Amino acid sequence: MAALTEEQTLIKDQATSWASAEAPVSRFRAMRNEGNEVGFAEPTWVSMVEMGWTGILVPEEYGGSDLGYLTFGLVLEELGKQLAASPLFASAYVGATALLLAGTDAQKSSHLPRIVDGSAIVTLAVDEGPRHAPARTALEAKSQGEKYVLTGSKTLVLEGMSATHFLVVARSAGKAGDAQGLSLFIIPADAAGLSRRPMKTMDSRGYAELNFNGVEVSDADLMGPAGQAGEVLDEILDRARAGVGAEMLGVGSQAFAMTLDYLKTRKQFGAVIGSFQALGHRAAELFAAMELARSCGEAALQEIDAQTNSVAKACSLSKAKVGDFLHTMSNQLIQIHGGIGMTDEFDAGLYLKRARVLETLYGNQAYHRDRYARLLGF
Amino acid sequence: MTAASDLDSFRSEISEWVQSNFPSALKGFDLGADSSSEKGVRGEFTAWRQALADKGWGTPTWPKEYGGAGLSDPEAKVIRQEIAKAGAFNPIPPMTGMGVTMVGPTILEYGTDEQKAKHLPGIASGEVRWCLGLSEPNAGSDLASLSTKAVDEGDAFILNGQKIWTSGAHISQWCGAVVRTDPKAKKRDGISFVMLPMDQKGVETRLIKLISGASPFCETFFSDARADKSDLLGDLNDGWSVVKRLLQHERQSQTSAPAAVKIDQEPLQEQAKRYVGTLEDGTLADPDLRLRVVENLMDAEAHKLTVSRITAEARGQVKVSAAASILKNSMTRVAQTKAELTLEMMGNQGIGWEGEQFSDDELRSVRDWLMGKAMSIYGGSAEIQNNIISKNILGLPETTQQG
Repeated sequence: MAALTEEQTLIKDQATSWASAEAPVSRFRAMRNEGNEVGFAEPTWVSMVEMGWTGILVPEEYGGSDLGYLTFGLVLEELGKQLAASPLFASAYVGATALLLAGTDAQKSSHLPRIVDGSAIVTLAVDEGPRHAPARTALEAKSQGEKYVLTGSKTLVLEGMSATHFLVVARSAGKAGDAQGLSLFIIPADAAGLSRRPMKTMDSRGYAELNFNGVEVSDADLMGPAGQAGEVLDEILDRARAGVGAEMLGVGSQAFAMTLDYLKTRKQFGAVIGSFQALGHRAAELFAAMELARSCGEAALQEIDAQTNSVAKACSLSKAKVGDFLHTMSNQLIQIHGGIGMTDEFDAGLYLKRARVLETLYGNQAYHRDRYARLLGF
Repeated sequence: MTAASDLDSFRSEISEWVQSNFPSALKGFDLGADSSSEKGVRGEFTAWRQALADKGWGTPTWPKEYGGAGLSDPEAKVIRQEIAKAGAFNPIPPMTGMGVTMVGPTILEYGTDEQKAKHLPGIASGEVRWCLGLSEPNAGSDLASLSTKAVDEGDAFILNGQKIWTSGAHISQWCGAVVRTDPKAKKRDGISFVMLPMDQKGVETRLIKLISGASPFCETFFSDARADKSDLLGDLNDGWSVVKRLLQHERQSQTSAPAAVKIDQEPLQEQAKRYVGTLEDGTLADPDLRLRVVENLMDAEAHKLTVSRITAEARGQVKVSAAASILKNSMTRVAQTKAELTLEMMGNQGIGWEGEQFSDDELRSVRDWLMGKAMSIYGGSAEIQNNIISKNILGLPETTQQG
């Protein structure tokens, strides 16, 4: 754990105790069993808003507390440990980040306070195909006088069924594959010609597929200059990746804790299985991987807060290294638990499923290894 | 707070001192190379060592009375940084063999005042080189099964037995050795730690040639060798706690790149581009190698970040910690993989042994790759580190103490 300020320690402790008391994994399981379409339980979300977590990134002038990314990461990590489901990350982290980095003053004033008070759920819609590839955006934004007409589709939009607004990455120039020519719009979920459908994913969280059938938006809904959103989109996505990294640390460290506990209690051949060297060493390797991953995950958040010039590298490192750890850890969670780990009644499967979705979000490990190499110029 | 500004003024003081005292003739001097590179600059080398020793800055955190400067860890870091910034180096640790990194800190902790006064100043000034007699042919990972005997002969112990992997024994003046003083006790309870001079009739050393060629490793034979009783470190038959502590210092010293590694080394990806070439989009022409190179670079960065995180968590107090096992294994993995990748990218030029068809860099890469295999063996093998992690950090049951 990074050296924390007193305030950060306070918030982290608050998140730990709240999550284990008010949003334990059993709550998530109950929500899943109900077949809840939005993918979270309303009371959970309301409590998070009441605790002020929706304002962690938002400056005080818009009603937030402006505590920064590491602080938000601490909360995401604690929530990840319990698989607590809510739009907190999609809206108050990614949505707020996008508005802060790319929004006009008018857009910030109208949306940020509502993100903070929970009345708006603002989420980013970027992916279109099976792979995360922002430059391959094809959703078209055709300029017509003072408005744009949007046609195309988006997939895997976080909290897409509960969202009140979408931050839509669209192409206003060039062709799919060009890094240039991207624009970012903020569009209400009830815009004419915009339809959404739930996507049922293995982690039982809320996602939607969006269809844009000639959706008309005005110039005022454009975030930043048309055709030039590529760079700021990278910055938004990097912050999102670091946030996913934080949640992945939580999911992974909980998976590790469950596994270690099992190694100390499960007996076979007349001994606890953790006394077998093959398993002791596996636990040691997993622990070392977790420690190394934690350093990468926390460093990315710290670099964002410090506004260094190597944020992109740090965020790709986080997504790749924490992702690698979580991948291995979630597989070992099942393997070491043996038969019980395969049952739906036991929680291991919930963590494994969440792990794979988090790995996929905003570019998997392979994506970020490639990106890291490009950033280093080879 | 004045702490930060105090450190700043301390920094400029050090910086100025290094500028005016570091002999320009020593610029570019390769500490890692064999001692023949010292020729021609011997006078300057000695002067620089002495200048540092006079300040106590070769071992800045040691107490002043024993040749150190009594400084804090953050101050010691400033000294390291300023020395590196000036293109200078601290020759004292490497000149003392295991003295500064392992023997000194252990004497500071377990030694009597007399022992500290007798041994520490020679280490702090870089004048006395130490080796360690730990492993034996039949006691490697299972160090506690060692059989070198020390028999009480009044005011001295008489040693008989053989040690192995005693780095630098052939050029050392002193040796710290673990020996069996009570053959009847359980294996960890009958061990003591003694210190003895190497220049005596009963001590003989023999260099060991390794797969990489010549090496600093030796076999050391004790035939009625003598260690004064006053040089028993720690209590009689309590040598196991002394050696455990000593090994923690060893792991700690192996958690970052060795001092001899040049900092201006060409980055791995640039070296890869030079040997392998690039495609039109600027990526490495060998995509499989590219992937493994980037993984290695990421692992190196993760290691570096973990070292700084652990330091930050300790709030500047660099302590011997359990995390050292994690860091030793991760450092080893990064370095060994990097050595493999270096050879692989060099291809036909990465298999040379001698001769002018290969550059010095290529020949050295082969030797370094081979020598690097030792990293996961010495100082507690990778497997022993994993035993330590699983038992001491994770609290899993001991797996190696059957009987």
